Amino acid sequence: MVLGGPYAQPVRGRGTGVRSREAGLAIEAKGLRRVYRNRTGWLRPRRTQVEAVRGVDLTVRRGELFGLLGPNGAGKTTTIKMLNTLLVPTAGTARVCGFDVVGDTMQVRRRIGYVFGGDRGLYDRLTALDNLRYFAELYGVPHRDQRRRIGELLELVGLTGRERERVEGYSRGMRQRLHIARGLLHSPELLFLDEPSIGVDPVGARELRRTVANLAATGTTVLLTTHYMAEADELCSRIAVIADGRIRALGTPAELRRYAEGRRVVEVEAYGVDDGHLAAIRRLPGVRDCAVEERGAGQVLTVQSDTGRDVQPEVLRVLSGLRLGRVSTREPTLEDAYVAIVSESSAPSSTVDLPETVGVAP
Amino acid sequence: MNLVRMLAVGTWLHVKQLSRSPFEIATSILIPLVQATLAVYLFRASPQPQALLGAAVGAGLMGVWSSVLFGSGGAIQRHRWEGTLEVLLLAPRRPALVILPFTFATAVTGAYSIMATLLWGRLLYGIRLTFADPVGFVVAVPVCVLSLGMFGLLLASTFVLMRNANALTNALEYPIWLLSGMLIPITALPGWTGPIAAVLPTTWGSRAVRAAATGGDVWPLLAVCLAISLVCLVLGALALSYVERRARVAATLALS
Repeated sequence: MVLGGPYAQPVRGRGTGVRSREAGLAIEAKGLRRVYRNRTGWLRPRRTQVEAVRGVDLTVRRGELFGLLGPNGAGKTTTIKMLNTLLVPTAGTARVCGFDVVGDTMQVRRRIGYVFGGDRGLYDRLTALDNLRYFAELYGVPHRDQRRRIGELLELVGLTGRERERVEGYSRGMRQRLHIARGLLHSPELLFLDEPSIGVDPVGARELRRTVANLAATGTTVLLTTHYMAEADELCSRIAVIADGRIRALGTPAELRRYAEGRRVVEVEAYGVDDGHLAAIRRLPGVRDCAVEERGAGQVLTVQSDTGRDVQPEVLRVLSGLRLGRVSTREPTLEDAYVAIVSESSAPSSTVDLPETVGVAP
Repeated sequence: MNLVRMLAVGTWLHVKQLSRSPFEIATSILIPLVQATLAVYLFRASPQPQALLGAAVGAGLMGVWSSVLFGSGGAIQRHRWEGTLEVLLLAPRRPALVILPFTFATAVTGAYSIMATLLWGRLLYGIRLTFADPVGFVVAVPVCVLSLGMFGLLLASTFVLMRNANALTNALEYPIWLLSGMLIPITALPGWTGPIAAVLPTTWGSRAVRAAATGGDVWPLLAVCLAISLVCLVLGALALSYVERRARVAATLALS
């Protein structure tokens, strides 16, 4: 199956855009910033502004599957929306497939696809086929190619045989796969996937990952944002961790894992851990970070500490009086590295301690 | 050709989407029936033989206008809520071409009203559907619908610029019915309403359809209706390009 870009227009030579293409870059962003301004009230208007992205430098090579990881509100979606022309950057420049995202919006739009997570963004009372047909027209897929192209994509996302059903009857996973098919209709050179697996069950998420991996294998550049570490680890050749509007670390999954080197992780199943307990644990000597995650009726407390220091007894002492389950010690994972990067970058006036081999954006 | 096909496919699919909504069907068919009933009782005492047919056609046109006003006026907001606005505007097309199929579709679904009110009048009140110019009527209705679809683009683009567009939408429904002569002749209105009525495509479309039904010269009226609508289309397209750029700066394309 050909997933290249037969519908892309010939490239116009334009300044640095040509250089980006020659350099084999799908994305080239420099100093990208975005400020949201809000005004509330009429008689006494109150203006607020939030700086969502604070100077992102980023390059993504053609054919690369690049991950953008970060907590909620870190600036992932804002960054993607500036790159795909939905938002005008407040400052900085970005070129996508060699074209400026502000000056050459049509050229950029011809070359990109955008898929976002969630239930919305489709015409629910139409069938999948009608949805795809409409967007094929909008995106300029020649009429003679539409039937074949739609058939290929339905096959790719596993919706063959269900295409004549109304979208309102689809599961979330099916909708998500339809989103992907829609994003690929015009054979984009670059696909933006903004948290595509959000709310999708584990089986559906695995199918999605397979679809995304197939895309990258056929040469489509993919920029993926996700919360799920396993997804990024499995799919991405490089990952940028973004927090508080800045890229905090950038490298291969193996390189990022080194952020957690020199640490060990204690995991405690518990019930009733509150902010007071977390604060007390953070004050313990040798503790680098701790977090608690709700799992079903219980919680899992994760404490990262220096390798040479066994903090388990002190942690259990802080938790005395609570009902505890299994206590274990393990080696750090990519998720622990991610937590280390994000938590260190969010600490007041902190500087992230970077291993020398890991590339870093400001 | 590609552009015409895109507009036609888009309009057809939006008509399908709108026609599968119980709310849209109810507002397109039931409300005009109530209006037709009121109109019939208003005009049944008229000595003119074609008065009842004119009333039924007028009530149908009122339904088309309501559909365009609420559907097209709220087009941007509706797509924003459905989460489709961003993916539509990401298409490598001018914003007007992306929204136009939807505004056409609101006019087409509004045309259900004309069919419903004519059938209602025939079945319930025995109104004879004898059109003065049947060919003119068959042409005038689609042209009027098409024109209102173009006018809808201007509504879609300008309403989104106003924070309280919903309130404005409600306020515009009845005055345009009156000013356009959909129910009562413009000549019965105060003189100062004349210039306002003259620049509304609804006035000329309504006059053309009524002329075809009850007698009069259809074609000049249709030509004026189409010309004014084309001006609205151009103004709407310009406004929509401005709105799209502004929305990308202000980050208002999405809900979140």
